[in-house]
Amino acid sequence: MAKVTFIQFSGDQNTVDVDTGVSVMKAAIDNLVPGIDADCGGECSCATCHVLVSDEWVEKTGGAGEQENSMLDLNPDREANSRLSCQITMSEDLDGLVVKLPEFQY
Amino acid sequence: MSEANNSDDNILDPWEIPLDGSFNVAQPQLFQQDAQWGYFERLRSEAPIHLCEESEFGPYWSVTKYKDIMSVDTNHQVFSSEGGITIGDQDEDFQLPMFIAMDPPKHDDQRRVVSPVVAPMNLAKLESTIRTRAAGLLDALPVGEEIDWVDNISIELTTQMLATLFDFPFEDRRKLTRWSDVATASPETGLIESEEQRREELIECLTVFTEIFKDRQKNPGENDLITMLAHGESTRDLLDRPMEYLGNLILLIVGGNDTTRNSISGGVLALNENPDQYRKLKENPRLIPNMVPEIIRWQTPLAHMRRRAIEDIELGGQQIKAGDKVVMWYVSGNRDGEAIESPNDFIIDRAKPRQHLSFGFGIHRCMGNRLGEMQLKIVWEEILKRFETVEVVGEPSRVYSTFVKGYTHLPVVLHPKK
Ligand code: HEM
Ligand code: FES
Repeated sequence: MAKVTFIQFSGDQNTVDVDTGVSVMKAAIDNLVPGIDADCGGECSCATCHVLVSDEWVEKTGGAGEQENSMLDLNPDREANSRLSCQITMSEDLDGLVVKLPEFQY
Repeated sequence: MSEANNSDDNILDPWEIPLDGSFNVAQPQLFQQDAQWGYFERLRSEAPIHLCEESEFGPYWSVTKYKDIMSVDTNHQVFSSEGGITIGDQDEDFQLPMFIAMDPPKHDDQRRVVSPVVAPMNLAKLESTIRTRAAGLLDALPVGEEIDWVDNISIELTTQMLATLFDFPFEDRRKLTRWSDVATASPETGLIESEEQRREELIECLTVFTEIFKDRQKNPGENDLITMLAHGESTRDLLDRPMEYLGNLILLIVGGNDTTRNSISGGVLALNENPDQYRKLKENPRLIPNMVPEIIRWQTPLAHMRRRAIEDIELGGQQIKAGDKVVMWYVSGNRDGEAIESPNDFIIDRAKPRQHLSFGFGIHRCMGNRLGEMQLKIVWEEILKRFETVEVVGEPSRVYSTFVKGYTHLPVVLHPKK
């Protein structure tokens, strides 16, 4: 198990426990955390699972892959720490991960 | 009730005709008869990227498979929206600037201005008003007698939703429906008599909304779109750019209108055609949030979006030339068995229900998707509280269009809960 915290645009926070090996997107959906739409169900093809990785975790989560980058580029509001949460897999290393949610999904 | 309707002898069997440059699915009467399915099935299996050389809309490419549609929709560098997004061409003289028909960077700048109105936090504020109004409407409906679901419920609810979004004077709300219809109607429909008339009515729309804008500058509302525009940094001076203001208004009115309306009707039809699903829903109303996107997939309220290639490109082995019209048939992609399991079945508890093309993909992906879903969720929650069934009692009439896929008439009888 590992913990991940979602910080809503409004400032509200949800912390959930997830099995390792599960994506951050799925952690949100399974625990009814609002703010992630995940329309494509994790295929890296909708960009509606956008999160902003908090600064201290950017290094550990690593950068976006090629397909992920091209999806993120469709969003004019992407930031340097933008990721698609279906492409981040929870591991022991990421226990305690904190991500922020954008104002809305594209 | 059967999906196919063979009452029109002019419709040819799609499997009997030659699949060459004359094969044309863009015939409004096919959609009006709900007879387009076989045409798309044939295209998907034998010519997924297909050039129709002659049609009332000129030559155009059809893209019919899920994956290919997605690759066109997300490649806005090559497939441009500039100049129009439907298979037909617009009136050259009176084109309103709308970001749905723009490419970046203009598109991004304008979309950014209005999109906060449909951000989750704002939607949550609109929800209770939308619900109260929907409940009031459903309570006032006659039960046990035949009524037209389209006019009495779908149109009315959608109009209410738009009035709520703009905080538009509620008694005048049917003006919104009228402006939406006028903005999209071609003179042949009889809705307007001439382009002059269209222009005049849309200018009236601008005049009315200009007054509202001035009023909201002085008396800001809580969370309506016009207040947002009147106080937003980059839109405060929007009255100095009246055509841009009008363009954005019309885009929101039109974008939200036919689409939501026809999803509300489509859901009733789908549940009646699939009584096992209707039963499942009544036993477990918590399936509503899952059912809503399934209704939107099954209905596909906008059958296509169109692009124009701005450079030569190869797609699925076909050579598309700069200047060609490319039509992404969402209605076909949503029935592509390679992307969606049992695509022709309506399954309210299907896995990954939001995996569909009805909202498009890429930079133009529907801005109102969560608002549309919320409206449908509310309607179904309120229906289930009141009615045992909404029974379809006759054949629906469908819209004569290759773009708006929907209904003009759907006779129903409401059976109250015991
Ligand atoms: C079930 C309901 C709806 C459906 C099926 C639908 C469908 C669509 C589709 C297919 C597109 C174009 C996507 C693309 O080109 O990739 C679109 C764009 C758009 N829709 Fe919707 N729509 C719905 C509801 C709404 C509502 C309620 C609103 C507004 C309040 C709205 C506003 C817009 C706007 C502004 C755009 C243009 C986005 C852009 O170009 O960036 N839609 N919609
Ligand atoms: S869920 Fe669609 S891109 Fe992540």
